[in-house]
Amino acid sequence: MQGEREPVPFRPYAPGTQPAYDVPAYGSTHKRHPQETLVRLPHTTTETSGPRFNPAHFPPIPDLSVIEGKSALGERIIVHGRITDEDGRPVPNTIVEIWQANASGRYQHPGDQHDAPIDPNFRGEGRVYTDDAGWYRFTSIKPGAYPWRNHHNAWRPNHIHFSFFGPGFATRLITQMYFPGDPLLALDPIFLSVPDDAARERLVCALDMTVTEPEWALGYRFDVVLRGRDATPMEA
Amino acid sequence: MPSATSSQTIGPFWHLIEHPEWADLTRFGATGARVTLTGTVVDGDGNPVTDAAVELWQSDPPCDESFPGFGRCRTDERGEFRFTTVKPGPVPGRGNAQQAPHFAITLHARGLLKHLVTRAYFDGEPLNETDPLLSSIEDARRRGTLVARPVTDDHWRFDIRLQRGARGESETVFLNI
Repeated sequence: MQGEREPVPFRPYAPGTQPAYDVPAYGSTHKRHPQETLVRLPHTTTETSGPRFNPAHFPPIPDLSVIEGKSALGERIIVHGRITDEDGRPVPNTIVEIWQANASGRYQHPGDQHDAPIDPNFRGEGRVYTDDAGWYRFTSIKPGAYPWRNHHNAWRPNHIHFSFFGPGFATRLITQMYFPGDPLLALDPIFLSVPDDAARERLVCALDMTVTEPEWALGYRFDVVLRGRDATPMEA
Repeated sequence: MPSATSSQTIGPFWHLIEHPEWADLTRFGATGARVTLTGTVVDGDGNPVTDAAVELWQSDPPCDESFPGFGRCRTDERGEFRFTTVKPGPVPGRGNAQQAPHFAITLHARGLLKHLVTRAYFDGEPLNETDPLLSSIEDARRRGTLVARPVTDDHWRFDIRLQRGARGESETVFLNI
């Protein structure tokens, strides 16, 4: 008998949609990827439950483009999208964490030594929650490309970092959103680490004129899919 | 329907979303016996991983207004992390199984295109003997990588090794969940 407390597991990841741990073109994976086979763990309450973030404790930061009334330099953008599970059901009231470089391609971070200017009016952290229908939205500036030392003359394409939690520990996702038409994408080992072409292309947002605001900011749409529940035979 | 979105590395600059107080899960006034969990993360050369985000989730005690159940901590220049939380109890397993008390641990870092997942159990817990995950790992040295060791009564140590060491130290067991 299926007890009421028996947790419904999340679905395995679709083949080719997730990067490997060992990706030789991305040098930092060399000493950091596990060499043993991962141990498969059927989901229990530990994996099917997950943290809830109360906005009272973790207040939203929906506008990265202004600090104390002073505007950051760069191209102002509005990013929005919908978070659903693999069955197309919205993921409501879930936290979305955001971080990014400034318009010059420099992070407000002591570890970033790129010789590009810091912007005193741009810190680069955002935090929003999805609404009841799974939509999120924030305002920022378009991040610049920047060099990294992975290989000779290596440059990261413009990107925004995202962190999602979803309903369970097993739905945790950290990813990066890229911009359409960026020629650096074809040269980027991190973007190219996703084997499946269609899955990789879904990391690229789309220009969205429905949220673009005249005389104010360009709009982009980035939809995200978190793991769905495994269908049980009774529900099929 | 589209499949789940692809993972990408957290990168070296994730500290923009770091709030050091998140490493203290008792900060909202949780009740219960406090425990400290510390550990070091090292790479395949035994060098400290100094830019990782370690996340801790525990489904017991259940999270509520005073206890988030979730914490995040950076690794410092020595590769060390430190959490303050409440000791978990047993957690129901699948079927009629009972799981020994444990923390679920997530590791994000530059060089990890998707996060790693492991668990920290407590050395000496009687339920460890029958825990479904621990009992499924035959190699005792590998199994031991999932077990935190006591430093004092309320301080536990859980080191994480991303690859086998030069002197044969076992790679931490990472989980496919």
